[in-house]
Amino acid sequence: MTSTAVVVGASLAGMNAARTLRLEGHEGAIIVIDPDLRAQYDRPPLSKQFLAEDLDPERIMLQSAKEDLGLDVRLGTRATALDLGEHRLSTQHVDGALSSLQYDSLVIATGASARRLPETAGVAGVHVVRTVDDSLALRADLDAGPRRVVVIGAGFIGGEVAATCRGRGLEVTLVEAMPVPLERALGAAMGEVCARVHVEHGVDVRLGTGVEKLETITVDGIDRVVGVHLTDGTLVEADVVVVGIGVTVNTGWLEGSGLTLDDGIVCDDTLLAAPGVAAAGDIARYYSHRFDRSFRIEHWEHAIAGGEAAARRLLAEQRGEAPTIFDPVPWFWSDQYDRKIQLSGRPEATDIARVVHGSVEEFRFVTMYGREGRLVGVLGMNRPRHVIQLRGLIEEGASFEDACARAEAM
Amino acid sequence: MRVVVDFDLCESNAVCMGIAPEIFEVRDDDFLYILDENPSESLRAKLEESVQRCPKQAISIAED
Repeated sequence: MTSTAVVVGASLAGMNAARTLRLEGHEGAIIVIDPDLRAQYDRPPLSKQFLAEDLDPERIMLQSAKEDLGLDVRLGTRATALDLGEHRLSTQHVDGALSSLQYDSLVIATGASARRLPETAGVAGVHVVRTVDDSLALRADLDAGPRRVVVIGAGFIGGEVAATCRGRGLEVTLVEAMPVPLERALGAAMGEVCARVHVEHGVDVRLGTGVEKLETITVDGIDRVVGVHLTDGTLVEADVVVVGIGVTVNTGWLEGSGLTLDDGIVCDDTLLAAPGVAAAGDIARYYSHRFDRSFRIEHWEHAIAGGEAAARRLLAEQRGEAPTIFDPVPWFWSDQYDRKIQLSGRPEATDIARVVHGSVEEFRFVTMYGREGRLVGVLGMNRPRHVIQLRGLIEEGASFEDACARAEAM
Repeated sequence: MRVVVDFDLCESNAVCMGIAPEIFEVRDDDFLYILDENPSESLRAKLEESVQRCPKQAISIAED
């Protein structure tokens, strides 16, 4: 008898899980559901090329969506509850129809949603960037030629949006609540370098200040943003506000399901969340032996790796094979202006950060991160070859000093 | 099989070089070079992984 696999989430992790299930031997139905009617697209362009030019959404379809994998993809369908005992999902279609799905194996890849500022729902000109519709709406407002764009949050998404807006010739103010952006991800010294890139490109960077409230006017019954009051008492006049203050995981529908939730779905070190159930992508929290940490990773490549691993985990379970531990070295990139920032590993603010190659002043360098004598991260700005090659040293568990010596010799 | 790279799409993220250094090399000029345009069958798995992991979908395989 063939079994039915259900994948919840038709973005990068879910689609790669479905693809891997099919290519590696799952013969029965593979049903993929997602509430987003446009789903199966790639998100990185949404804060970059897709905002910069008039790109058709078709141009950012995922590779897996173009393959003939025999998937039963049901868009506009949201999972609303999970019954682990009955192996059943409750679903709701955008037209309101309620239904349910039986599964033999289940991959949960419902990802995360952009956090919004409180009390900004329905205010015209205020945006987040997470979906194609978000990006289309923001692009339309940018096309209208705003006096200024305020980007709230100088993380990677905020930084990319700021860079894209500058590339369109718009005036940009970048607001960050912390004294240094990206400190948690890169440490204070490298966070300051990333902030300087924006200053060099003419962005009005405001650090250590939060948002007090938005200034709005009402036109034809619609509230529209015209400025942002900052906690330092200043008012920045702007017609467009982009909020990039992180995400919250989409686990609400799993409350009471019996799965362990803790800022994500708590999985074991093979991405198994319960018998027959695996999780992947932004939502999957797991224990990394390599870093001796429990975390979830929101990177693009990690969503592919996690989707593949979740599928293999369920196939192994069905076949009675030994599971494989999921512990890849994280890697991501962020393109801002003509700079390519890439990070391998998982550094923390308290790690040693040592520039081993190039020049910070020229925004072309490699920085190594060390913790307890081990290499735990490699940051590059416009040094892609180095970051990729040095990633292998993190994989090997290289000592920090040996790794630095090898990087300096590259 | 033949390696095809759309250099209009390629942004030199160097992911492919990490997976298949026998085929791909990003040099200090930040450009990608194909070292082996017709790799042997033994490199197929690595090449396919490179195709999947390319952030720009810039790599494909031509069977000729």
